[in-house]
Amino acid sequence: MPVTQHDDTTVWHRRTFKQTLAHSAMWLGGLAVFAYCWMQISNSTTWFFVWDAPRIAGDIWSRATPPKWEYITQLGRPIWDTLNIATLGTLISLCLAVPVAFLAAHNTTPSKLFIRPVALFIIVATRSINSLIWALLLIAIIGPGVFAGVVAIAIRSIGFCAKLLYEAIEEIDSVQVEAITATGASRWQVMAFGIVPQIMPAFAGIAVFRWDINIRESTVLGLVGAGGIGLQLSASLNVLAWPQVSLILLVILAAVVISEWVSAKVRGAII
Amino acid sequence: MLKLKKLVKTYATGDQALKSIELEVPEGQVLALIGPSGAGKSTLIRCINRLVEPTSGEVWLGDTELTKLNSSGLRRARREMGMIFQEYALVERLTVMENVLSGRLGYVGFWRSLTRRFPQSDVDEAFRLLDRVGLLAMADKRADELSGGQRQRVGICRALIQNPKLLLVDEPTASLDPKTSRQIMRLICELCAERGLAAIINIHDVALAQMFVQRVVGLRFGAVEFDGPPEALVPDVLTTIYGEEDWEATIKKDDEEVAQ
Repeated sequence: MPVTQHDDTTVWHRRTFKQTLAHSAMWLGGLAVFAYCWMQISNSTTWFFVWDAPRIAGDIWSRATPPKWEYITQLGRPIWDTLNIATLGTLISLCLAVPVAFLAAHNTTPSKLFIRPVALFIIVATRSINSLIWALLLIAIIGPGVFAGVVAIAIRSIGFCAKLLYEAIEEIDSVQVEAITATGASRWQVMAFGIVPQIMPAFAGIAVFRWDINIRESTVLGLVGAGGIGLQLSASLNVLAWPQVSLILLVILAAVVISEWVSAKVRGAII
Repeated sequence: MLKLKKLVKTYATGDQALKSIELEVPEGQVLALIGPSGAGKSTLIRCINRLVEPTSGEVWLGDTELTKLNSSGLRRARREMGMIFQEYALVERLTVMENVLSGRLGYVGFWRSLTRRFPQSDVDEAFRLLDRVGLLAMADKRADELSGGQRQRVGICRALIQNPKLLLVDEPTASLDPKTSRQIMRLICELCAERGLAAIINIHDVALAQMFVQRVVGLRFGAVEFDGPPEALVPDVLTTIYGEEDWEATIKKDDEEVAQ
């Protein structure tokens, strides 16, 4: 203990001498590793390109401005598709996530030994694969287009929604559930009266949050051919039509800002 | 009416919460269950409606044996037993009316309860009960808007609308101030008298129990230490239930209050 006795005063330090030494050694080691990594990265970087970067960026900027405003007439449909992909995908994923969440939560799962691991596996599996990769897979299976995008977003979101929802289910006040059970209510009635009212705010919050994320994710799905505004983006990038690219980025930015605003409003209304 | 025979509850951790409890509660009797924390009071009443599964022994309500019932039989039996909780255990985000009507869930089918189409007779009864406890004006408020005393009254309504034969009451006053505690105890005892209900009331406040009930059962380490009328709770008895302490003050305070 870092307490020492000097005559009649008891002195307290945060660490003993040995601990201080160990602490300093740890910092020293950390710094050494950092310096070594820095050197490695520096050696394998072609510095010419880095020094050149501001010029190139300036060049692209001058090509991209001003945006090609008249191109906007061709963007209405794709951005509408993008919004639909996000919204439909979120709705479908919520329908699938609710049962998975109830099967995964400790206090509602019918079987901790068999069903819960399956539900947890669904959550991990759908969550761990990015929606772009899901889209690539699905395009191979069901062909390119908006539908592949919707399904990709839906699958990707199941794990996210189910995970947050099952955590909310596990955090409910069990006494309220007990009270409903004690009235002689059936299993489903206990769910409808004891559990659902308690997780409603969490559910609404998760739904809006995921919708918000999905709008951003669906803007890039077109890059791999799964519909939406990303199709236009990739087409414009391929022909180096920088003024079109900058307009598309502006439209995406506007859509994201609007979705942020809507979800903030909805969340404010619920809580 | 309620009869416990050799009721034993051993938790998975090996703690023996109840050691062969024998208890009989006749119709219409209000019984206070006292004892130190951890004596098994909550476990005892939860073993009666099987929110906690008893390890062995029998629980007879009228002429049904509850521990052997299957799940639908248990649900029918639970309708006969109203329960009132320490922290009220109302569903906070539902309205007062929905909370009261949830006491009828055992009688109403799933879809009707989901869409809140309870029979008119249940709604009438809910209004009557809310009026009886003085909360008619609050029917449309959300449960989390009410004060502690008001919530406990809603809890009482929810238990009574079941039309039970028996009330299981778990620390009804532990979260309430002294005045509200007495009001709630008085209300519970009055309602039991009106309806001829039997009740088992877990309670910490010995003086409060003495004021209102006809019979006191003292529990210590999961066994019945005392069973008798409230007047028989002399300091020696309290010492056997709770351990050594100066009990004169507790009992004297009670005498004064009764005299008032």
